[in-house]
Amino acid sequence: MSEPEGLSLVVSGVAVTARPSGALWIAARGALVIADAHFEKGSAYAARGQLLPPYDTAETLSRLEGEAEALSPRVIVFLGDAWHDGGAEARLAPAAAARIAALARGRTLVWIAGNHDPAGPKDLPGDRCETLALDGLILVHEPGEAPAQGEVAGHLHPCARVASVGRRRCFITDGQRMILPAFGAYAGGLNVRDPAIRRRLGPRKLAAVLGSARVHPIPWRALRGD
Amino acid sequence: MDAGAPLTLPPGFSDWFAGRGWSPREHQLAMVEKVRQGRDALLIAPTGGGKTLAGFLPSLIELTERPPANAPRGVHTLYISPLKALAVDIERNLATPIAEMGLPIKAESRTGDTGVSRRQRQRVKPPDILLTTPEQLALFLAWEGARLFFEDLRCIILDEIHAIRPSKRGDLLALGLARLAKFAPDCRRIGLSATVDDPDLIRAWMSAGGGKDGVDLVLGQSGALPVVDMLLVEGQVPWTGHTARHAMAEVYEAIRRARTALVFVNTRFQAEFAFQELWRLNDEGLPIALHHGSLSAEQRRRVEAAMARGALRAVVCTSTLDLGIDWGDVDLVIQLASPKGAARMVQRIGRANHRLDEPSRALFVPANRFEMLECQAAREAIAENALDKELARSGALDVLAQHIMGLACSEPFDLVEVYDEIRTAEPYKDLTWEDFEAVVDFVATGGYALRVYDRFARIVKGLDGRWRARNADTALRHRLNVGAIYSPAMLAVRVAGRRGTAGRKIGEVEEGYLEVLEPGDAFIFAGRTWRLVGVTGVDVLVAPAEGQEAKMPSWGGSKFALSTFLARRVREMMSEPAHWSVLPWDVREWLELQRDHSSIPSTDEMLLETFPRGHRHFLVGYPFEGRLAHTTLSLLLTRRLARAGVGPLGFVANDYAFAVWALRPMDGLDMADLFAEDMLGDDLESWLAESAMMRGSFKACALISGLIERRFPGDQKKSGRQISFSTDLVYDVLRRHQPEHLLLRCAREDAAHGLIDAARLGDLLQRIKGRILHRALPHLTPFSVSVMMEIGKQSSPGDARDQILAAAEADLVAEALA
Repeated sequence: MSEPEGLSLVVSGVAVTARPSGALWIAARGALVIADAHFEKGSAYAARGQLLPPYDTAETLSRLEGEAEALSPRVIVFLGDAWHDGGAEARLAPAAAARIAALARGRTLVWIAGNHDPAGPKDLPGDRCETLALDGLILVHEPGEAPAQGEVAGHLHPCARVASVGRRRCFITDGQRMILPAFGAYAGGLNVRDPAIRRRLGPRKLAAVLGSARVHPIPWRALRGD
Repeated sequence: MDAGAPLTLPPGFSDWFAGRGWSPREHQLAMVEKVRQGRDALLIAPTGGGKTLAGFLPSLIELTERPPANAPRGVHTLYISPLKALAVDIERNLATPIAEMGLPIKAESRTGDTGVSRRQRQRVKPPDILLTTPEQLALFLAWEGARLFFEDLRCIILDEIHAIRPSKRGDLLALGLARLAKFAPDCRRIGLSATVDDPDLIRAWMSAGGGKDGVDLVLGQSGALPVVDMLLVEGQVPWTGHTARHAMAEVYEAIRRARTALVFVNTRFQAEFAFQELWRLNDEGLPIALHHGSLSAEQRRRVEAAMARGALRAVVCTSTLDLGIDWGDVDLVIQLASPKGAARMVQRIGRANHRLDEPSRALFVPANRFEMLECQAAREAIAENALDKELARSGALDVLAQHIMGLACSEPFDLVEVYDEIRTAEPYKDLTWEDFEAVVDFVATGGYALRVYDRFARIVKGLDGRWRARNADTALRHRLNVGAIYSPAMLAVRVAGRRGTAGRKIGEVEEGYLEVLEPGDAFIFAGRTWRLVGVTGVDVLVAPAEGQEAKMPSWGGSKFALSTFLARRVREMMSEPAHWSVLPWDVREWLELQRDHSSIPSTDEMLLETFPRGHRHFLVGYPFEGRLAHTTLSLLLTRRLARAGVGPLGFVANDYAFAVWALRPMDGLDMADLFAEDMLGDDLESWLAESAMMRGSFKACALISGLIERRFPGDQKKSGRQISFSTDLVYDVLRRHQPEHLLLRCAREDAAHGLIDAARLGDLLQRIKGRILHRALPHLTPFSVSVMMEIGKQSSPGDARDQILAAAEADLVAEALA
């Protein structure tokens, strides 16, 4: 199988790559950005009686490790909601904690605060912050309501419905700002045609839809509601 | 039967019979006698034979004769029906003899629709006769105090047992019966069934662990054989299509001549279509109504009530009216398009004329030539009283998981005792200890190889070694989610108000039902034409669009596959030219042309044709094994043909045939090799794992087994959209990390059994080994026209499209006859 390819896009003048994994690669700064990993979502449901398979964190980490291997980023940015809830870190299996620590070796992890994890992890390595400015881009968890030049956010879990393909996760951008797909194995999705996403973007919207080995640019008019 | 004392009823009962001018039927007396002897019994009788009364008579007598008691007693007789409406109807019907004979008996129904106060009262002060459904029984059994509630139970009546047995609801019911036998060991079981091919299967199923010999068989007097006619329209029988549009004028005429007619079709869209067409012709304004599963419950109840009052002349309906309430006035059953199976047809025909001495009348209306063969085969089978074979099934493990959770919610249980109890339920008689343990482990902690959920266990083992629900909250949530019918999430169809708001509700559709429609498209629903405005959350918004040309999604035919039994009869009839004389001349001519241009296969052969057309090369086969098996076969063939380098491009399948087309000729392929049985190995596995069907099955299993809960305390809405994560994501993760997990096993079995018909495909491949009749031909053939016409047709043949198709069809026919 050939190496997965990304889709090159420009957000507010900055060249970025949307990866088939759902991560955003900012090559100039060696930064890998993932939004909404929702680690330990499975065990959060289990604690409330729905025993979802306890493999979501391992699955999400495997995908992240694959990207770290392929791109050798200098910094990995968790764009908020890396943890499903305040107790998630405590429920983390020791093996998974070790894998996260290993990811921090030789590089910086940045934990941007999200609504599910406002405080960030307690015991794991990395910097904690509310926003991160990077080369003219502002990395923040929740996209603002007003037009925001250069904003790169997550939170909304965008996904696209394309005729005879079904629902897929996607990046969505209008060239000025971008919303990343959720990276977590159990994270659900919100159709990009939903007003919550739609109203935040300008007229020239493009969805970068995740395929198995490629990211497909799909124009707005080809996207459907649920 | 013992020829001793003549069978009699107590005086009050015989007086009541006499007062109505009746005398008790032999099978009614036989049932009374069986119960007196303490035997379990299965009564098989056609509709209209007083079957229900036969089931209840023993209980009515016993209840009347029992001595008064000081303390209130528990339920004496439990009646279980597959339909809520039927339970309510029987409650009404029982009221008559109870009132007229002045019996000291209280009979009450309890269904999902029963109000809270009545439910509460029933738990404290149970009626003598409780009429309910399998789901409600499962719910009762999950309550604390279930043992006390049922300890006085003397009799269980299982109605329409043939319909419920081969399903997950049947599994759930069988487990419930095993539990009731623990609470009330002396309780007898009475089964009521329509005519079936193999009564022993049902006897064994309803037996309390004693096999078929534990249940006596009582046969009701069989009614006169039905008179089944086939509608032959002046002019040609169409080569293709499923709507029988060509015959609507004659169908209308038949309705006009009948007192009341039931018009059965195979899909909801066909129902909508036929309803429209009939009203187009309805100059006399006959009251013709529509009934199918997508209409709102109130709308259906209204139609049923009007029918019961005798206010309707015809109802166009789907399988929603296969079972249920007796309507004495129906004197004609019309089957539009193919019947698909003889047993279902007998059941449908039984809805007409409930007087035993007169034959029921039915009219078959085949929509195309293959259906003409099928209808003829069905007529002959019915005339011989030969029915489809039925299969035993082994109990589903997701249902077992739900049952075990229910047991734990009711009272603490011992693992070994429960294992023994479960194996007295026939579908689970071969359950291994390993599987049982796996299910218990699944219920407790999810059954994961990675053991991290012990502290979240849903059932826990106490110091006494017995298992119980973790806490009251866990039990409450289980009770909210009991049931074995997985229904896809329903969307409400609403008239769009101003600014896109949701207005009046006109019905419900399954998620995905309108998938092929785009906003702006018109479609027929609830008998009118609507334009799709959009879908928002749980609402489908529509606007009236009278006069606009409507699309017809899911055009392609029936959800029921052609039964194996009927398929074989069709193949037999086809292979014997002497038999063709019973067919209309144009169908005969078609068979002769096929014989001259290609071949007619013998009964066990499969005909394969290869021919070029346009720039494509076609491979058409005629297994007659039903759409599901053909679709699976085509998918697997396409993979093989790709490996053989012929460049397959696509396929279509219907109930009789399939066609695959490719870039390069397929004449020279080794057909025996292409259809080798090993096709069902890895290819099937790898394709299935990725398929949408598996995802659908997995979701159903996840809901039934309790992995995922759909309803939560304080939120009684029935919407399935409250699942806040996608089961597809769970499926993907589980498949990668624990491919042998119990639920993946369940989903695989369900998909292989119900959705892709793998077993039938396996039988086919075995049957045709060394019996493939391959014809390499210069052009398409008379038989192939029907499946060739399916190409590109599935999505949207509205009126205009029909005309294009008709033109295309004429071309194809001309070419086939060249």
